[in-house]
Amino acid sequence: MDSISAYISIIISTVFINNFILSRFLGLCPFIGVSKSTGPAVSMGIAVTFVTTMASILTWTIYEFVLIPFGLEYLRTLTFILVIASFVQFAEIVIQKKSPALYRVLGIYLALITTNCAVFGVAVLNIDMFFLHGKPLAGSFLKSVVQGFGAGAGFTLAMLLMSGIRERLEFAEVPRCMKDAPITFIVASLMSLAFLGFSGFKI
Amino acid sequence: MKVFGEFIKGLWRENPTFRIMLGLCPTLAVSTSVENAIGMGSAAAFVLVGSNIFISLVRKIIPDKVRIPCFIVIIATFVTIVELMMKAYAPLLSRSLGIYVPLIVVNCIVLGRAEAFSSKEPVFKSILDALGMGLGFTWALVMIASIRELLGSGSLLGFTISKHFEPPLFMILAPGALLTIGLLIGMFNHFIARSRSRKTDG
Repeated sequence: MDSISAYISIIISTVFINNFILSRFLGLCPFIGVSKSTGPAVSMGIAVTFVTTMASILTWTIYEFVLIPFGLEYLRTLTFILVIASFVQFAEIVIQKKSPALYRVLGIYLALITTNCAVFGVAVLNIDMFFLHGKPLAGSFLKSVVQGFGAGAGFTLAMLLMSGIRERLEFAEVPRCMKDAPITFIVASLMSLAFLGFSGFKI
Repeated sequence: MKVFGEFIKGLWRENPTFRIMLGLCPTLAVSTSVENAIGMGSAAAFVLVGSNIFISLVRKIIPDKVRIPCFIVIIATFVTIVELMMKAYAPLLSRSLGIYVPLIVVNCIVLGRAEAFSSKEPVFKSILDALGMGLGFTWALVMIASIRELLGSGSLLGFTISKHFEPPLFMILAPGALLTIGLLIGMFNHFIARSRSRKTDG
């Protein structure tokens, strides 16, 4: 069993050093599309965090107990995308039935998540990082879950920061051809430059 | 002529990267060098053409309600083919592209074309559409990558251009990618707005 510091370092690494949006470019579409105001941005972040955590649990379990025993590792891409898509659909139905209030907040964002690269990316990354030659490394299940949660948390942080900046940007005088997406990319570039500062951390 | 238009639209007017802004994650992540860009572009183009042909062939059999899962399964199959072929024949490229090869499966361009085009149109037109989109994606990638490689590592396709130039490292890191694409999209918007206003004037 690893010490607790290993898990903390995974969280810090996925939230700050290798932030999913700003350094791995996963989940850029919602980052540009849904970051116009703070409310929806945070809802999207929470929905993504929920899905990345659950997807990490599900895909790890399926990889370890179904794909490896039957020698089907090459079906990873196909299996994971199906598992994620059906889980998102399932979660949407359950939330709609059990808690209409929550559904009103998260509903449309859940539907958008199916093809979100961040979710699929974290599932593939977990397998690449925590499995060696078809065998799970020590504590790999918990590490995968923590990494899934960290990825979502990092996504939420970046969304929150970006939406705050964009709310102010509405009143700025931007050249017409740079409005909306282009200026957002420039802002993201500056944010990413700031996040590069974290890469000096040794953990 | 009209058929040719299906091919040409992906290159400029409906360019997946600069105009529709789909599939940005791989675009930004692998555009650190021109070599990677060509590899990624051709992999995505192969998946696009393959899945477009297949979806167009079976478009009348697939029930409307379950079409998205069907598309995803077809796309994932082609992505797996690319993934395995690349591992076998271009292991170096496969290593430097990393997780972005399996990520083609969630690349919005592929699913977007399946949903918007090949599920409605005959096979021949779908092939042209996919080729156009694939080429449009590739040249956009190559364009971003050549700017970044030239400025960030002072070389092009691995050949050093000048020894007296101290390349700013940040161009091949994440911020450089976001900056380049922001400026390029802005430039595209400017050109297209200008050509449009000229047309209305004349």
